[in-house]
Amino acid sequence: MLRAYTPGEFYCELTRGGAAQPVRDRLAAVPADELRRRTAEAEEELHDRGITFTVYSDENAVDRVLPFDPIPRVLSAEEWDVVERGVCQRVAAINLLLNDLYHGQRILKDGVIPAELVLGNANYRTAMQGLDLPHGTYVHICGTDVVRDGNGRFLVLEDNARTPSGVSYVVENRHMMQRAFPDLLEGIGLRPVDEYGQRLLAALREVAPQGATVTNPQVVLLSPGTYNSAFFEHVFLAREMGVPLVEGRDLVVDDQDRVYMRTTAGVARVEVIYRRIDDDFLDPEAFRPDSLLGVPGLMRAYRAGKVTLANAVGTGVADDKAIYAYMPRVIRYYLGQDPILSNVETHICREPEALRYTLEHLEELVVKPVGESGGYGITIGPRATREQIEACRAALKADPANYISQPCLDLSVAPTLAGDQVEPRHVDLRPFAVTGVKTWVLPGGLTRVALRKGSLIVNSSQGGGSKDTWVLG
Amino acid sequence: MADILLARYAESIFWLARYVERAESLARILDVNATFARDRCGAQDWLPVLHLNADEARFTAIYGTPTPEAVLHFYVTDHTNPTSIAGAIASARENARALRPLISTEMWAQLNVFHKWLGELGPAALLPGNTPRLLNRIKEACQTHTGITDGTLHRDQVSYFYRLGRFVERADQTTRLIDLKYHALLPSPTDVGSTVDIGQWNVVLRSAAAHHAYLRIVPGGVTPAGVAGFLLLHLHFPRAVAFCVSEANRVLGILRSRHGLPGGAAAAESLGALHASLGALTIDEIIASGLHEFLDQVQSRLIAATNDLSAAFFGRMLQTPSQTQHQA
Repeated sequence: MLRAYTPGEFYCELTRGGAAQPVRDRLAAVPADELRRRTAEAEEELHDRGITFTVYSDENAVDRVLPFDPIPRVLSAEEWDVVERGVCQRVAAINLLLNDLYHGQRILKDGVIPAELVLGNANYRTAMQGLDLPHGTYVHICGTDVVRDGNGRFLVLEDNARTPSGVSYVVENRHMMQRAFPDLLEGIGLRPVDEYGQRLLAALREVAPQGATVTNPQVVLLSPGTYNSAFFEHVFLAREMGVPLVEGRDLVVDDQDRVYMRTTAGVARVEVIYRRIDDDFLDPEAFRPDSLLGVPGLMRAYRAGKVTLANAVGTGVADDKAIYAYMPRVIRYYLGQDPILSNVETHICREPEALRYTLEHLEELVVKPVGESGGYGITIGPRATREQIEACRAALKADPANYISQPCLDLSVAPTLAGDQVEPRHVDLRPFAVTGVKTWVLPGGLTRVALRKGSLIVNSSQGGGSKDTWVLG
Repeated sequence: MADILLARYAESIFWLARYVERAESLARILDVNATFARDRCGAQDWLPVLHLNADEARFTAIYGTPTPEAVLHFYVTDHTNPTSIAGAIASARENARALRPLISTEMWAQLNVFHKWLGELGPAALLPGNTPRLLNRIKEACQTHTGITDGTLHRDQVSYFYRLGRFVERADQTTRLIDLKYHALLPSPTDVGSTVDIGQWNVVLRSAAAHHAYLRIVPGGVTPAGVAGFLLLHLHFPRAVAFCVSEANRVLGILRSRHGLPGGAAAAESLGALHASLGALTIDEIIASGLHEFLDQVQSRLIAATNDLSAAFFGRMLQTPSQTQHQA
């Protein structure tokens, strides 16, 4: 099946390296039409079971499944070791950074990060200043977006320290592979992914409010509700942890700053909230007064130490694209170590030198707005039209601090089913790290694949799909 | 942690059960009426169905004359009509979506597929020759749902709130089914007791899947009073109003005793009173004082009981311990 496949000039995730040989052998035995038939059946099953995300167009809400490619992305134990250690290091540095930014601000005083970049950032929450969190953990769940360049070197593209999503697809993709392709993964030494929910629950219980007489802390998952595009994931996580999935209207804070949920038997205490609602909507008393999704008084309870929020409020300042550029320095500053995973070279356009360089090399660079996510607002120089380049130039000049630029990477590829053939498509990787007292990384993570030929954008909202990620050995 | 149920979930599962039960009952009622429509002539026959749900004005505004095709469209596939089967299943699915953390994947998937199937039905499915099969498939899909629920829903509070919803709705729907034929027969009192009349009551029995049970249990053959009495007052037939009320009462008792729910006294009282009223009179006495009025009264009491349940368990009137202390 892989006979006609050529990755071209790109680093290929499957054809390089000896670890993937058993997978290549097994794939060779499966004809392409057989692969296609089983994939179609599996996708139909995803639809029926409602493993979907919701896309909102003008009037209609459409449930879509994340397109699924059956050819796994394979990582050897050695490759994974680098990613795993690198992610742990990065999460440790981010937690130390946040703790510092909301306490002594040593790193600002020492001039490692420009103070205005932090203090003037919309995601810096003054309400968090001076608040001590259990075990100093701010980012309980982190999704670190990692890519590979033309040499197969892992690079961090982005940190997601607010409410990273996608872990449900990791587990559901695996279940689907187990049902549709048992012959591919049988006895191959695959590391399991299905303990994620219990690991997460254990970590969340570790960070329950301290000092209370809580021996069996009640954990809940707070969702914006059924209309949220990631609602399936919220359901998935609540089920895997065995905890109630609540909405803002299910919770109430009393005048002694305790949080309760409304049950059929009256109210019941809540100690830990894994919230999948953005800071802005969390508490209408503290943030956006028009929020109907949040819980009035929740920040009061949080500041009083009566409840733990995961992730903490105000983590958005650390995964900002502008702060990202400083991460190698942040790691050295707090940990005294060299970064295990490098950053992609980044030009911070708020700095005059970087702005000048960016404007001179627009045709070669990827320009990203710092505040956006989901792949929106990005200009990819080598693929942009004249008009797009000029529009980007104008935007940069108007508000340079809103942009960073990076070189255009030769993202690695993986063989992907495209119609009747198997063709190379660009991929990235989002490992998920869970931190209570210590950090644990789910083996593998979400491999997103840009299904359009030549496309570099892997986001599900823009034509991306996913693959099962196999860590072997 | 073992037996905590969010108030919102209790409400959702209660209504999930009600919507599926409602869809099944509506399929049964339409099936009965389609059979009647074949016996008689003209459009008049569909008015009682519209009347049952008080839909005459809404229907006329959209469709004009109640032809069989228009009424079937209105009640089966019209998504904009909240009292249609498609509307009920859409509501059931919305509730099931919110309940996904609690219900089995199979339970959700079946409703999801059922909902999709209803949405894809073309006009051909509603042609006269196809409707019995269509309504039968809808009925079966509802029964598949109840089967999956029975086989997969954990027997904690959730399952009892589900059963409360099912029995309250079924009691209500059976009163409508009886009322449907009561209406149809009323305009021509001379028909009562005639051959046509008996045939129609036979169909009512069949639509409730009660025909054989009735023949086995009630002596003296099919009579209008016999059928009304069976469907209203029998304590062991699963679609009889008295059976449903008795089950709802029992289930509520389990929630309050075994699961220790402190609320619900008012609901228990209204269901208890309803139960008592169904045991106090014979069907002849009920008919003598007005069957239609009696059915109306049962329906009002079911609504009152639902309101009581909602106030007690669905999170409307909750107090935190500190509020309680202040008010004590």
